[in-house]
Amino acid sequence: MKDAFGSPQSLLILGGTSEIALATARRLVARRTRTVWLAGRPSPALEAAADHLRELGADARTVSFDALAPERHEEVLGKVFAEGDIDLVLLAFGVLGDQARAEEEPLAAVRVAQTNYTGAVCAGLVCAKELRAQGHGSLVVLSSVAGERARRANFVYGSSKAGLDAFAQGLGDALHGTGVHVLVVRPGFVRTKMTSGLKEAPLAADPEAVAEAVETGLRQRAEIVWVPGALRAVMAVLRHVPRGVFRRLPV
Amino acid sequence: MAAETAPAPASPTPVSTAPGPPAPAPLAGWGPPVPLTGWGRTAPTAARTLRPRSAEEAARAVRGCGARGAIARGLGRAYGDAAQNAGGAVLDMTGLDRVHAVDAEQGLVVCDAGVSLHRLMRLLLPLGWFVPVTPGTRYVTVGGAIGADIHGKNHHGAGSFCRHVRTFDLLTADGEIRTLTPDDDLFRATAGGMGLTGIVLRATVKLLPVETSLMSVDTERARDLDDLMARMTASDHRYRYSVAWIDLLARSAATGRSVLTRGDHAPLAALGPRAARTPLAFRPGSLPAVPRHVPPGLLGRGSVGLFNEFWYRAAPRRRTGELQKLSAFFHPLDGLPHWNRIYGPRGFVQYQFVVGHGAEDALRRIIERISRRGCPSFLAVLKRFGAGDPGWLSFPMPGWTLALDIPAGLPGLGAFLDGLDEEVAAAGGRVYLAKDSRLRPELLAAMYPRLADFRALRAAADPRGVFVSDLARRLSL
Repeated sequence: MKDAFGSPQSLLILGGTSEIALATARRLVARRTRTVWLAGRPSPALEAAADHLRELGADARTVSFDALAPERHEEVLGKVFAEGDIDLVLLAFGVLGDQARAEEEPLAAVRVAQTNYTGAVCAGLVCAKELRAQGHGSLVVLSSVAGERARRANFVYGSSKAGLDAFAQGLGDALHGTGVHVLVVRPGFVRTKMTSGLKEAPLAADPEAVAEAVETGLRQRAEIVWVPGALRAVMAVLRHVPRGVFRRLPV
Repeated sequence: MAAETAPAPASPTPVSTAPGPPAPAPLAGWGPPVPLTGWGRTAPTAARTLRPRSAEEAARAVRGCGARGAIARGLGRAYGDAAQNAGGAVLDMTGLDRVHAVDAEQGLVVCDAGVSLHRLMRLLLPLGWFVPVTPGTRYVTVGGAIGADIHGKNHHGAGSFCRHVRTFDLLTADGEIRTLTPDDDLFRATAGGMGLTGIVLRATVKLLPVETSLMSVDTERARDLDDLMARMTASDHRYRYSVAWIDLLARSAATGRSVLTRGDHAPLAALGPRAARTPLAFRPGSLPAVPRHVPPGLLGRGSVGLFNEFWYRAAPRRRTGELQKLSAFFHPLDGLPHWNRIYGPRGFVQYQFVVGHGAEDALRRIIERISRRGCPSFLAVLKRFGAGDPGWLSFPMPGWTLALDIPAGLPGLGAFLDGLDEEVAAAGGRVYLAKDSRLRPELLAAMYPRLADFRALRAAADPRGVFVSDLARRLSL
């Protein structure tokens, strides 16, 4: 069960090697979290992440999960929930993709969309059903500011996150009053291996900053958090910049 | 017995055979899942609720409650998650509200568990009797009073509520109803057992005789914590009721400055001619309720500090024999309906712990830590407890108890209170489960030495875990 400050005792991470998710897990394990499920494609990195969390005192287990195999989500995740209540599901998987390649090879773009959007829709709905049945829990969805307004430079990724963001907000409304809480996290540029090699954008943050924002959002039972918080104001302006101007902006 | 009018729930059948998690059980009488919180308005979870109107209905509800179990809920005054059961069933006990018998000679009342102390006061005061123990609110049920083994300002002399309970009927997991006395293990496990041993249906409670409905109150100010503790130690035994309001925002030399109020029920002779015409009248006043939506952060360090300063300054240095209304003395906050809303949507936590006599240093350190951190806590309460009672998870033990409210949205509060827990546990003290919403489960066994017995009894009497609450899940009770 979560305590009065929203600190969960059990955690399921979808995308178990995500640096943001693992930073969040470390933070939560330092508080109340004892059980951690890392769901992801089997890999040495996934096992290493579990080992690291075990060193911190968590009972960490891995489970084979593939965002691109939605037909298996119900079975895989059902088994996790059957082992006991999950207080917090962190939906953290996603790929950035290569915009230039995606424009050349439409199937590469489809993979981005299937991972970030349809895969997340399926996993999100499966988890929502389980959470609703247990009458409590939070679903934290890692969205992105890229979804707030599509940019020329990465509109494939941006559109997938836009879809995910809208989906998660709607899901949050659908689950209102069921004891289940949905938190949409909109980070800006986060320094991770997914973004390594890219030019750093203004207001860049570390995974730890996102983790802290998640913890605060849980405590406040917030529905949307921006990381850093200043992005909310920045995006409020950018959202209303006329198309012709926005196109020319170096963002 | 009044006639049963509510429709009978359908016969209990195992819920849903479809794969996946069970859908909300389609039992007649059960409402759809509704979000519930404790009085602190933190950590909402959803449960189906049912309001049984008779012991038979309650028994049927327990038999058909589904895989995620059931818990009884009274008036929802427990601060944390004690009367919540996420995904399961919550029995709203306020429907069992009959007072069966009052023995005005012996001072005994037999009533259903859903009867509130407020109702008992209205009924019994005109007969010259008062409840043996009342907490800071009248709006608790008799069942809740047993489940939390509540205490009041008279604990140093009268002990906790269950000391005055002669017998009660308990609906257990097997659907049976057992009548228990203080000699039964199940009685002691239930006293303070937070509803996890079964559902109290009816109780016989010994009352306190009073001549009037007014209180004769002595008030004095203590300039710091040591002054306060010295005054309480020296003369608490001369008063039936004693409690101190402590200003936790006062710092350095004034740390722990407080207003000590002590008193007893006023004898008839103390009343003036006008009041003596209706000595047992019970007319608690009430302000308008706090609106539903209050912005967060209303109670910050500034506003609370100002309030505390005013409260301390406004109190007389010393005043004796003041006549106060019973409601003003015992239940000042009941005069402000829904006062818990003033903390805003994020709610608040109440932290209450006790440390034994001899652990005054720990108490001092904790109060200094709270004061240094500047927790915006208004009207914290310090009370000297007397001997404890045999309830296995009963909270009171001889020593000092401090209770304070803190807005839950305060950054870093979780870790700060964890630090206080360590101090409390190291001093051999404990925190109060009826107020808890955030204790680290690992500390529970150190705080409640009979926890192992409690768990063993539950495992034996309720192997399927029919009675379960969010509190029980969170702390692995």
